[in-house]
Amino acid sequence: MKWAVLQFPGSCDERDALQACTLASGEARLIWHEERDLGDVEAVVIPGGFSYGDYLRAGAIARFSPAMEAVAEFAAAGGPVLGICNGFQVLCEAGLLPGALLLNESMRFVCRQVDLVPIAPLDALSTPGGAQSNERREGRRLSIPAKHGEGRYYAPEDMLDALEVNGQVAYRYASDHNFNGSARGIAGVRNEAGNVVGLMPHPEHAVDPLTGSTDGLRVFEAVAAARARA
Amino acid sequence: MLIRPKEGILDPQGKAVERALPALGFEGIEHVHVGRMVELEAEDPERLAELCEKLLANPLIEDYEIQTF
Repeated sequence: MKWAVLQFPGSCDERDALQACTLASGEARLIWHEERDLGDVEAVVIPGGFSYGDYLRAGAIARFSPAMEAVAEFAAAGGPVLGICNGFQVLCEAGLLPGALLLNESMRFVCRQVDLVPIAPLDALSTPGGAQSNERREGRRLSIPAKHGEGRYYAPEDMLDALEVNGQVAYRYASDHNFNGSARGIAGVRNEAGNVVGLMPHPEHAVDPLTGSTDGLRVFEAVAAARARA
Repeated sequence: MLIRPKEGILDPQGKAVERALPALGFEGIEHVHVGRMVELEAEDPERLAELCEKLLANPLIEDYEIQTF
């Protein structure tokens, strides 16, 4: 598996993302934001940080970079894309994911460990042995860090309803863990096709027992599995 | 361009300002919203709405207003 991790001026989690990709499966390299060609990569990670200083709105300027044009084409062709924190904001601004991330309800930058409930995409349910009931669509909880000031997921009510019906809610904060006031406790979403996923908490910071949890690896493994299915 | 949070979207900045007002002796002020203003010089004002839609505002969460002088 060949991963690419995008790097913008102001990115700060790209090294951990590289490490996480490598631990999950295969090799990973950085793609500078001015590069228009992703080469032969099989999955793309847009890491956290403060691309272009978060000027205007978080992710608003990064979406116009040459590398993001290449990512949009890659995603349209069905390539798996994972956006983390600022990467999630970039994907929303680029229109590759629905919704927007607003200032936390508390107006504070928060750094803490959170429990997330992963939710299987609808296509996973149609495979033999796939879960049938709503309850069983939820996976085993992940404990990973979150650190952001603008992570309150927002979408209009009708869009939220559609996301739930289409199986596009990818991660929810466990009850009592929705610290930023996200709509319906949503921590991450996927696009309709299911190949683009974004989430605010940081799986790449939870891949080594040294830092307390290796649950983050499961997020990267899910991306690798999506590639294998495609 | 004046860009402000859409009606109905929780605006914690506006709320914080609103809560601070009584302490300063300003009574009877409500519905405070904090947005931003972008000033620019444009040769062709025709395309300013498109500029707002594509970059300066996020139409999902913000309304914008263009004033020309």
